[in-house]
Amino acid sequence: MTHILIVAEHDGTTLNPATAKCVTCARALPEPQITIAVCAADGAAVAAQAAQLAGVARVVKIDNPANAHPLAALLAPQIVALAADFTHVLGPSTTFGKDLMPRVAALLNCAQISNIMAIDDATHFRRPIYAGNAIVTVESDPAEKLVGTVRTASFEAAASGGAASIEALTLDIDLPTHTRFVSLASGKADRPDLQSATRVISGGRALGSAENFKLLYELADELGAAVGASRAAVDAGFAANDMQVGQTGKIIAPELYIAIGISGAIQHLTGIKDARTIVAINKDAEAPIFEIADFGLVGDLFQIVPELKRLVVQNR
Amino acid sequence: MKRILVGIKRVVDANVRIRVKPDGTGIMTDGVKMAINPFDEIALEEALRIKERGAADEVVVVSIGVADAQQQLRTALAMGADRALHVRSDTAVEPLAAAKIFLQLIAREEPILVILGKQAIDDDNSQTGPMLAALWGRPQATFASKVELRDGAAQVTREVDAGLETIAIDLPAVITTDLRLNEPRYVKLPDIMKAKKKPLDTLTPADLGVEPRAPLKVVRFEPPSQRQKGVLVKDAAELVVELKKRGVI
Repeated sequence: MTHILIVAEHDGTTLNPATAKCVTCARALPEPQITIAVCAADGAAVAAQAAQLAGVARVVKIDNPANAHPLAALLAPQIVALAADFTHVLGPSTTFGKDLMPRVAALLNCAQISNIMAIDDATHFRRPIYAGNAIVTVESDPAEKLVGTVRTASFEAAASGGAASIEALTLDIDLPTHTRFVSLASGKADRPDLQSATRVISGGRALGSAENFKLLYELADELGAAVGASRAAVDAGFAANDMQVGQTGKIIAPELYIAIGISGAIQHLTGIKDARTIVAINKDAEAPIFEIADFGLVGDLFQIVPELKRLVVQNR
Repeated sequence: MKRILVGIKRVVDANVRIRVKPDGTGIMTDGVKMAINPFDEIALEEALRIKERGAADEVVVVSIGVADAQQQLRTALAMGADRALHVRSDTAVEPLAAAKIFLQLIAREEPILVILGKQAIDDDNSQTGPMLAALWGRPQATFASKVELRDGAAQVTREVDAGLETIAIDLPAVITTDLRLNEPRYVKLPDIMKAKKKPLDTLTPADLGVEPRAPLKVVRFEPPSQRQKGVLVKDAAELVVELKKRGVI
C-alpha cells in the first residue's frame, strides 16, 4: 500500500484545480491511500472542497494565522511534521509547489522528482527534461520517502463525489519569522485562469505592442478564453509575467490553443504540446509553430484576428 | 566582508536542439555547444549590480561539475566575479547533494546572500535553491524579478502564478532568479584576459565532507511523442468551419 500526502494549493477560500490533478496522479500509485493537507488561516471551505475529491481518504486541516499566505519557509516544517507516516509527498508543479516541495524534501533528507508526467509503478516515474525534448524514466529507492511535484498538464482533475473525513490538527512547532508576506499584485481580473481554461489564446512579439493585445482580449471574450503570451511578448512588455506560457512559465493543456504571432521556440512549444487542438496564425509560413499545429493559417494577424472574431460571433 | 555566492551550472546552450541517444542511455552531448545556465547568468548579473551599488564587497561564483565547468567559471570571472570555486564531480550531482555542497561552502564563506537560478535548463528540476535554504535554516525568495536590499533584510518581488508577490526576508538568505530580474551584461575582450588572472580554486565534494548520494536513477531516456503536423487552412472562414467540426468552438 502507498500512503500519499498531497499538499493542497488554494487562495484561502478556493481549492486550486492543480490539487485535483495531483489526486489523479497519486491514484496511479499501487493501492493509494490519499490524504490532503490544507494549511490555511481558516481552511474550512478549502478542506470541504478537498474532501469531495474522489479517491481521497482523509483531509487534515491545519489552521494557523501564519498560513494566511503561502510562504514555503513556514509551510515546509508543518508538512514535514505531518509526513512521518507517508511513503510519498506530492504537490503541484506550479509556482506554489516548486517553491515549497524542495524545501520539504530537504528537511526530510529525501530526493524529489519534479514534474511527474506519468507513474509506471511505485518506484518508476516519467518526467520531461531539456524543455520536453527528452523524457526520462526515473527509478526511486523503495526504502526512502519520495517527494514529487506533479506536472498538472499531464493529468485530468479528479472527479468530485468523494466524502473524505476532515480532521483538524494543531501542530506544536515554532514557525520562523524571518520570512514575511508583503503584498500580491494580481494581474488577472475577471478573465478565465490560464492554467485551468479550456480555451487559451496567446500572443507573441508580432503583436507589436501591449495596446495590440486588445485584439486578443476581444477574441478571447467571445470564446470565453484565457489569454497567454510568449516569453518574447512578456520580455517586450506587451503582457504581464503571469501570462507567460512555456518551459519557464506556465505549462498548459487546454482543449483549444490559438497561437497568434508566435513563431514557436522550443521553450514555448513545450508549454502547449498537451493541448487538444492547436491553431497557429503567423505571417511566416516557415515558423516552427506550424510543425505542431493542427490548423495553420498563414497571413496578417491584424486582418485575421478581427475577422475570426466576427465569424465566431456570426456562427454562434 | 559582505560576500555573495552565485551558482553557475554548465549546461547545453539554450539554442541547441538536443537529441536522445538511439540506445536510450542519455542525451547526445558530444561536440555540442555548452554555456552558463541562463538563469545563473541572471543570478551573477544581480550579484554584480548589488556589489556595484556598494551593498556587497565580493562576488564568488561556484560551479559543481566536470573539469570543463571551469570554462563557464572563467566566463563568470570575465563578467565581473571576483573569484571562483570549482567543486569537481565527474558524475551527475542530484539537487539535494548540490545543496549540501553549497551548505559547506556557506560555512566557509559566510555570505550575506546566495543567488541561484530558479532552474537549470537541462534537468528542469527547480530544486536546489529551496533545498539549500531549508538545510541552512534561512529564508528563500524564489522566482525573483526584483531585489532590494536594506539593513540586513531584503524585499523581493516574485513571479508567481497569480501575479507578482512581494515578500520581506531577513539576511542571510537564498534568492533564485526569474527571467525578468535583469539583462546580463556582455563580456568584453579585455575582461576575458583579466579573468585569466583571477583566482579559481578546485576542490572535491569529499574535501567538503559531502558524499553525494544518488537515490534516484535515470533508467531510460526517450524522445517525446511527436504531434502530427496538421493542415493549412486558407482563411479565417475555413478555420472556423474546421474548429466547429472538431467541436472546440
